[in-house]
Amino acid sequence: MTDPLVEIQGLTVRYGSAVALESVDFAIDRGEIVTIVGPNGSGKSTLIRAILGGVGLAKGRVRKAPGLRIGYVPQRLALDPTLPMTVRRFLGLPRRVAPATARQALDRAGVPGLGERQMAALSGGQFQRILLARALLEEPDLLILDEAAAGLDQPGSAAFYARIEDVRAETGCAVLMVSHDLHVVMSASDRVVCLNGHVCCAGTPDVVAETPDYRALFGEGTHGTMALYRHHHDHRHAHGNEHLHHEEPAE
Amino acid sequence: MLDDFMTRAALAGIGTALAAAPLGCFVVWRRMAYFGDATAHAAILGVALSLAFSLPVFAGALVVALVMATLVALMSGRGYAMDTLLGVLAHSALAFGLVAVSFLQTVRIDVMAYLFGDILSVSRGDLGVIWGGAAIVVALVAWRWSALLTATLNPDLARAAGIDPKREELVLTLALALVVAVAIKVVGVLLITAMLIIPAAAVRPFSRTPEAMGLSATVLAMAASFGGLRLSYQFDTPTGPTIVCVVAICFGISSVAAGLTRHGRARS
Repeated sequence: MTDPLVEIQGLTVRYGSAVALESVDFAIDRGEIVTIVGPNGSGKSTLIRAILGGVGLAKGRVRKAPGLRIGYVPQRLALDPTLPMTVRRFLGLPRRVAPATARQALDRAGVPGLGERQMAALSGGQFQRILLARALLEEPDLLILDEAAAGLDQPGSAAFYARIEDVRAETGCAVLMVSHDLHVVMSASDRVVCLNGHVCCAGTPDVVAETPDYRALFGEGTHGTMALYRHHHDHRHAHGNEHLHHEEPAE
Repeated sequence: MLDDFMTRAALAGIGTALAAAPLGCFVVWRRMAYFGDATAHAAILGVALSLAFSLPVFAGALVVALVMATLVALMSGRGYAMDTLLGVLAHSALAFGLVAVSFLQTVRIDVMAYLFGDILSVSRGDLGVIWGGAAIVVALVAWRWSALLTATLNPDLARAAGIDPKREELVLTLALALVVAVAIKVVGVLLITAMLIIPAAAVRPFSRTPEAMGLSATVLAMAASFGGLRLSYQFDTPTGPTIVCVVAICFGISSVAAGLTRHGRARS
């Protein structure tokens, strides 16, 4: 068993007097797909920022494997209209890539021939694919996706999830995905962690068969890329953060 | 060749344009126009202090501009909206600077020369300072270009790639203070921001990549400095403001042309 790529112990993060995360333990291993779910304001993005090194830690520690390469796909990228940016140039940020490599990356992302297009002129789905393609050019050990499928419709996010599965199979990189959808997660997730300021519960998603119920819930065309996650919290919330979803009774 | 004051003035203008235009692109992309103003206006206080203590004006302006830039960076995110904070600091710095200059009764100085520049009085020594400073700024921006661009796009994206966005911000701050100190003799503290922003804004509609925008802004700024100098000689107008007028006219033409192309494309 090798050391985890990222190991977090007893992490507490505060913004002024507000506590964003409290005593969070978390780890992700090589090649693992982990989905973090939680309502808005539950500290999901803060956890990611702590891994990237963008927030001060009030308590605890974040340990990263030496030489860890992270590919990051942000929730959204607000491109200032004064900044001209072709797809081709964006793929070469921050490290320039050879034209052939860029072309190949676009082909693999399913958006061939878009290299000369302005980033601002892309559709939501194309934009997400380009963000992912750029992150993959960094040849990451760990791919971090912050609500990367949030703007996509169901077939769109199904296609996106399928692509992530392929990426893991091809490159063996670990995937850390954040989602605000509490119940529907990517079925290939090895683990699901429910966060609400602290870790509420963790487990594996239920891979639901192609039953009529499932179809009614997800619609056609998701090709089994989505699954349900059943929460099993055994506590009530101390700091007034009511869960937005149904909680199973404590056992 | 350097004996001719017009040659020296032309070289000073081109040197300033070379330093200001590429940096100006970042000022535009990161919406730091007011930040540039605050830094530039603070420089007049630096001028007053250097004259009072018989120090080189360049050094005084540079130090005070740096202090101001750091102060802004430290105070940001502490309860005031950024534009309010910068508005307060920019104009207070200017006011304090002007008051400080008025105390200097022993030295008779022409405040106008520092407010609007006095490019025709550039000496060989000034030229050395301008080109030295410009070389440092260009080298700094070229060296950090990709990292600066990534940090400008998204700080978390930069962090994931191992770039510290705070450090890149510091690089920009340092470069900005240098440009202010370099440009003070050429366009003066009140018009430095114009030389940063207007060339970049003028070439934006015709640029496809950040690099193209940086290069064409530089070419435009250099041409405008040269043209402005010629026009001010011909019509006997103040040189700094004339240079800014030329870039501003270029911006106007560019905006109209961009509007027409868009309109044409929409109709066809």
